[in-house]
Order: sequence, then structure tokens, then C-alpha cells
Amino acid sequence: MSGVGQHQSWIAPARLGDAEITAAVADPIQKRGPGKAWFVALLCVLPFVLLTLFAIGAVLTVGIGLSGVNTTVVWGVSIANYVWWIGIGNAGTLISSMLLLTRQHWRASINRFAEAMTLLAAAIAGLFPIIHLGRPLYAYWLAPYPNTMDLWPQWRSALVWDFWAILSYLLFSLVFWFTGLLPDLATLRDRATTRPGQVIYGALALGWRGSARHWQVYETFHMTMAALAIPLVCSVHSIVGLDFAASLMPGWQESLFPPYFVVGAMYSGFAMVVVLAIAIRWGLNLQAMITRAHFDAMAKVMLFASIVMTFSYATEWFMAWYGGEHADRTVVGYFFTGDYRWLYAALLFCNCLAPQALWFPAVRVDLWALAALAILINVGMWLERILIVWNTLARGYAVSLWRTYQISLYDLAILFGPLGLFVLGFLVLARLLPLVSMHEVRQLSHRAGAA
Amino acid sequence: MSGSRPHLLAEFETAEALLRATRLGHADGHSPVDAFTPFPVEDLAGLFAPTRRWVRPAMAMAGFGAAGLMYALQWYSAVHAYPLNSGGRPLHSWPVFLLVPFEVGILAAALAGFVAMLSACGLPRLHHPLHAMPQFERASQDRFLLLIAPKDDPRALRVLLEGAGARLVSEMHS
Repeated sequence: MSGVGQHQSWIAPARLGDAEITAAVADPIQKRGPGKAWFVALLCVLPFVLLTLFAIGAVLTVGIGLSGVNTTVVWGVSIANYVWWIGIGNAGTLISSMLLLTRQHWRASINRFAEAMTLLAAAIAGLFPIIHLGRPLYAYWLAPYPNTMDLWPQWRSALVWDFWAILSYLLFSLVFWFTGLLPDLATLRDRATTRPGQVIYGALALGWRGSARHWQVYETFHMTMAALAIPLVCSVHSIVGLDFAASLMPGWQESLFPPYFVVGAMYSGFAMVVVLAIAIRWGLNLQAMITRAHFDAMAKVMLFASIVMTFSYATEWFMAWYGGEHADRTVVGYFFTGDYRWLYAALLFCNCLAPQALWFPAVRVDLWALAALAILINVGMWLERILIVWNTLARGYAVSLWRTYQISLYDLAILFGPLGLFVLGFLVLARLLPLVSMHEVRQLSHRAGAA
Repeated sequence: MSGSRPHLLAEFETAEALLRATRLGHADGHSPVDAFTPFPVEDLAGLFAPTRRWVRPAMAMAGFGAAGLMYALQWYSAVHAYPLNSGGRPLHSWPVFLLVPFEVGILAAALAGFVAMLSACGLPRLHHPLHAMPQFERASQDRFLLLIAPKDDPRALRVLLEGAGARLVSEMHS
């Protein structure tokens, strides 16, 4: 059990003190400069950011003919990206609130950046349905507002459900994240040595004093938010699942889809949190707060999610066979023998087979192996989403319409570009706000010391 | 408030010392006013008069209220303002009309809860006399501060606090 013994250490014993915890998180922001690695990272992501902006500009000018969609495969990379990003976006709040409600105190070290991940990923996800609209300039028609045309949104449409789900989720996550940040903003205010720092952090902290009464109200509200977050997150990703399941297409019209999408979101989200945790731990020197025990716990969750995903895939195959519908059986047959069979095999390898290595404790604490597996899982989850779109649309009911998707340069741009946008968001946040929750780590450390 | 006695603000190094001093002060007849800590200390919650708990009722009211309004809006727009036959479905398609009110209700609960939390804490209040007190900036970092009103002579309370492990005891004239 290399490194992880009977007693799980969620915090390195040599650095238990509150002052050290505060300094470790706050000093990189307030005392030290960005450092070379930060600038190198910034330079590396800038081309991706420009590529994203360029691609969005192009699709708004030219139209969605730039992507590889055709009259049969009418959805494509945009939709897969949307589901992938919102999946990652859902996981942050899900992880944070689920672990809070189940009193997994070790979450203190990872919840803040998991929540930041939610915000950034959900914001990026929200772009895709808009740029995939045939008429993006009318995106605001999704909202009910008094208009001279006397029109109202079509409330039976999955697109309208998406609009409300993403909007509610994004704003909810912002409130949840900011609430957790409030006491830490007060810390930054009190440590700031420059006038702008004092003014900006002071204004953002809203005058937080850490009084016993403040904490009492804070904890009530934070706990209630966590309890609300879980049904919200499940509903948001269920609605994404309903985008498919509420249709009449073979392979989509399955009651399994909503829960299967929720687990998929948790799966890819945990994988993304592992990647970020490794990067942030290294970049900000937080080895004392993000310990191997954290990675061990997260790896176990990924292993569990991998098994649930495998069962979900198997259920899909079984139901297609057992249901006996010819079109359903054709689509499932197409998974394994059709044009995308190699991608499907890669998906099964990434999501079902490779993560089984996590049964071994040595793999769970080996950061290189974990990083490789987490990236594989994220690739596998993207493949899953694109294949849900491609396979079903390529083999619908009308045989005469069977076609495949031709991936275009624009598709590649909006697939890889937003990753840069995501990293840029983290690079900026890391310079401005604590990516680890200081007050929760202090509490964790206090508990560990008292135990 | 010139006639009242000054409150004392005592600084402790640990949460346990703060708790002990609070209990000692209370037992001796002084009245602890508030404590300031860098993280929520569970046992402290019971030692001070609790604030009125209306965060959750406010959230429930806003959540159910917004959900109800949203449902009514959908019903009005789909049945009366813009009745559109979509695949022969009933105009009042209540099962799918539940989705949007659910999302909107939770969002409204969150926003109402945030406002209620701030108002229950008396925030935003960017400046407070306590911010001018020595060592108060440590309360958000690594020190545990107790604000306590003496029953008569502040000197007796000061001795008690220092005996309980206070590093710095300062007087606050409000």
C-alpha cells in the first residue's frame, strides 16, 4: 500500500498550522510573481484561445456549413463537445456537494478548483448549442419575453429545456462557488499589502469578519446549497440525456439515457479533477494539502464509475437485442461492425478496460499512471458522446438516408481550441483567487489534529 | 455609548483556548458577545445567542414561488397566449412543463438564500469598528478572537482572559 497506510493522511503532518496553510495558498497569489512556468503555459494556450475565437467568428459569419454535418448526420462535433463540457462542468459541483453531504472532509483540498472547473466548463459548454444553431443571432428567442410577434418559446422542446438548465446551473454554480470563496476573500483582504489589493479583495469579501454568527449562517446556507446542488446537477445532465432520449431515433430513445448521462458526467468530471489536481499540486507546490490519499480516493470513485458505465453500455446492447426492434439491433450491430468500429473499440478500451488497472493500489497512488488513465477516460468519454451522435444518425430508420459524417477543420478547431480557453481560465484564476479553500483546509487540519 | 464599559477583545492561538476562555468568562458572569475564527468551530455555535434562522425558509419560499410562477407562465403561454398544436400533444403538456420550473425554482432558492445569508450576517458592510482593532486581521488567518463584555471591572476580566491563555487583550470603545 505504498504511501497509503491504515491511517489516511489528508494533510502532511509537518505543515499542520493555520499560518502555514494560509501562507501556502495565499502567498503565490499575493507575494510571489507568476513565475516562468505560468508565462510558458500562458503562451502555449494563447494560440488555442485565438483559434477558438477565430472558429466562432467564422461559424457566425459563414454558417454551420463549416462543420461536417449533412442532411442525415445533422448533429456532430458541436453537440458531442457540448455534452462533454457540460459533463465536466456538472462534476465539479456534484463532487463538491456530494462529498460535503457525505462528510468526506478530505474534499477541502479539491472542492474549490472542482467548482472553478464547473464554472469554466459550463460556460464553455453553453457556447456550443448557440454556435450550432442555424440562426445563432436569434438565440435569445429561447427566452420568454414580450415581443411584437406575439411568439412564445416551445416549452415541449429539448432545446428550451437546455437553455433553462444551463442558465440555472451556471448561475447556481456561481453562487455556490462565491459563497465558499467569501471567507477566503476576507483572508486575502487581510493579507493584502497593496492598496488595490485591499480595495478589490475588500470589496469582494463584502466585509466578512468570520464571526461565530457568520459561520453559523454560512454553514446553514452552504449545506442547503449542497443539498440542492445534487438534484440540480442530476436534472441538468438528465436534460442533456433527454435531448437524445426524447427523440424517436433508434439507439437514443432509451429510458436509460438520463441516469447513464449523469454517471458519465461524474466519471469524466472526476477524471478531469484528477488531471487538474496533479497540475495544480505541482504548479502551486501544494503537496502538503493534496496528498496521495486524495488521489487514492478519487481513483476509487473513477473505478466505480467505470464499472457503472460498463454496465450501462451492456444494458444498451442487451435492450436492443431483447427489445427486438430491427432498427435498434441495426444500430447496435453498427457500433461493432460499422464505419466507426475502431472508435467504438477505442471507447470501450478507454472507459471500460483501462480503468480496471485502478484495482491495484500501486496504480492509484502513481501520479503518472493516474494522469494517463484520467486523460484516457476523458478521451473515451468524448468518443462516447460523438459516437452516440454519429452511430444513431448514420443508421436511422430510413435506409436510403444512411450517410456518414466527414470531420472538417472547423470541427477540429472547436474540439481542441476550447481546451486552451479552459486552461486560460485556470491560469487567470490561479493568479487572482485561491484555488484551494483555505478555511476548509484549516478546519480539516484542526479535525486531523484533534483526532 | 460613552457610559458603557469597554468590551475586551482577546486573542488566542487555538480554538480550544478560545472555547475554554469563553466558557470561563460565561461562568464568571461576563457576557461573551462574539467570536472571530479562521474556520467554523463547531462547539462555538451553542455559546452565543443564535441569529434568527430564516435562510432556509427564505430559500423554500423563493424556490417554490418561482417554480409556481414559471409553471403558470408556461401554462398561460402554451394554452392561452400561443396555443400551438405540436404533434397532437395536449396544449397543457404538464409532464414536460415540470422540467423548467424545477431548474428555475432551484436557481431562485439559491439566489434568495445568498441574499438571506448576507442579510442575516449584516453584510455587505465593508467597514466595521472591529477592523480597526489590533490583530483583528489575524482572525481570518490563524488567530481566534473573543469579544466579551465585562460584568463590572474590566481589569478582573482581563486577568481571567490572560489566565486562560490570551496573548493580547485590547479594549474596544464602541
